[in-house]
Amino acid sequence: MNSRRRAIVLAAGLVLLAAVPPLAALANQPFYLDLVRRVMIFAIAALSLNLILGYGGMVSFGHAAYLGIGAYAVGVLAHYGINNGYLQWALAIGASALVALAIGAVSIRTSGVYFIMITLAFTQMLYYLGISIEEYGGDDGMRLQVKSQFPGLIDLNDANAFYYLVLAILVLALFLGHRLVNSRFGLVLRAAKSNEARTRSLGFSPYPYRLAAFVIAGAVCGLAGALLVNHTAYLTPEFMNWTRSGELMFMVILGGMASIAGPVLGAFALLLVEDALSGWTQHWQLILGPLLVLSVLFLRRGLAGLFFGKNE
Amino acid sequence: MNKVLLEVRGLRKSFGALLASDDVDLEVLEGETHAIIGPNGAGKTTLISQLAGNLLPDRGRVRFAGEDITALSAPSRARRGFARSFQITSIYPDFTALENVMLAVQAHSGSSFRFWRPAREEARLRSPASAILEEVGLGGRSGVLAANLAHGEQRALEIATALATRPRLLLLDEPVAGMGVEETQRMIALLSSLKGGKTLILVEHDMDAVFSLADRISVLVYGRIIATGTPQEVRANAEVRRAYLGEEIAA
Repeated sequence: MNSRRRAIVLAAGLVLLAAVPPLAALANQPFYLDLVRRVMIFAIAALSLNLILGYGGMVSFGHAAYLGIGAYAVGVLAHYGINNGYLQWALAIGASALVALAIGAVSIRTSGVYFIMITLAFTQMLYYLGISIEEYGGDDGMRLQVKSQFPGLIDLNDANAFYYLVLAILVLALFLGHRLVNSRFGLVLRAAKSNEARTRSLGFSPYPYRLAAFVIAGAVCGLAGALLVNHTAYLTPEFMNWTRSGELMFMVILGGMASIAGPVLGAFALLLVEDALSGWTQHWQLILGPLLVLSVLFLRRGLAGLFFGKNE
Repeated sequence: MNKVLLEVRGLRKSFGALLASDDVDLEVLEGETHAIIGPNGAGKTTLISQLAGNLLPDRGRVRFAGEDITALSAPSRARRGFARSFQITSIYPDFTALENVMLAVQAHSGSSFRFWRPAREEARLRSPASAILEEVGLGGRSGVLAANLAHGEQRALEIATALATRPRLLLLDEPVAGMGVEETQRMIALLSSLKGGKTLILVEHDMDAVFSLADRISVLVYGRIIATGTPQEVRANAEVRRAYLGEEIAA
């Protein structure tokens, strides 16, 4: 059965990810720990985007906004000497949810190309806002002097501990996502994507369901932003650049939209190939581009279809 | 006489110079099967869209179960017991037959802002949905993806979906469109099994279906209702005969 196969692939992936820190230590290559941790953070962001893109049918071209808001929430508080991680991350999630509520409330009233353009426009506004605030480094950004402090719980300066925290959040996000898309709420969301007229005639107004999904996705991506700024120890408006939104979209599409774990595969494939190619030649984008086009043409269900079998 | 369930008064809708609904008056009685027929271009689709809430009229009122619903959206009307099927099969192709109907049950059984429990495991959605699939003859096909059902089965699934909302009124937009003879017979049998218990509005081109199912018929021509009555009365009506140019209706 497909569900059995999926469980095996997921378990194997989990074991593999859990084994990265000891293997990297054994090989004396801490770089890999760093790389995989970064990929997992983007996987969480891509996962959140997939909730609205894959399950909700909302093509948001501005999801990097919440990466930026999460990162700035942490960085700005730290800038004023507030290093309490609970506070920083709560702000990262809360502010992202609020901004998503505002952007979603406006943009979900539109559809198609207009939705894409509005979400992009809002994110560009935030990007230029980041560039214009000199206090927080303008377009140069600023260093995160002290990582988020979780006294008594975890020390993010411990590379292994931070790695396992990111892994735990990724697994939690996968599990919550799985529950969500199969709940009553998730079914209405998917139904509204599949056939809006039918869904309305059953008595569902899609708008509140879509908006709620948009807010949840923003909040989760905000958490990914908080992780990202702690990972890089650097804050920059580039987190919100539209190319970043495009990368997240690509991870989702490459990985497979009809699957909760698909975007995780997409994040790994895109970032690892990017890393390998860029180490080999500086013209790596010339090779990556055609690879991406081919994968979209020939992997209709994304990498998830390849790994997990045909159906969700 | 039965109570009036749906009352339409002076409904008017124009698209530019084209008057698609020209002061339409219509009464649908509780428990009856009321057919709306008319030649192509008579304005049937426009009328249905205004009844179901997909299109706002320029003028006129629609009352449903004593309440003015003229300004209500399609979802609000659906929640008040106004269900419909579509002319072009409208189902969720990537849901199974059972999931299609379960979602319709869900629409009228508690809040759908529930994020945790798998909906597929809810018995209060599952068992009514199974019973309705059984009723429309799809009992053995519940686990099949809707996309993989035969055309006639998809049409039956669509009826099942509408029934699952436990409607007071069911609007059927050409339920036998595109069907073969055998499938048509099966659909007519299914619909007549619903008669009596449910109030049905049947918009249909197939005169066999209309005359074997309808208690009353309204004839729509150029956006106006030119006649309403029993099948015998309508068949004998001179104006109706003229509109159809002695076509199938005379037979």
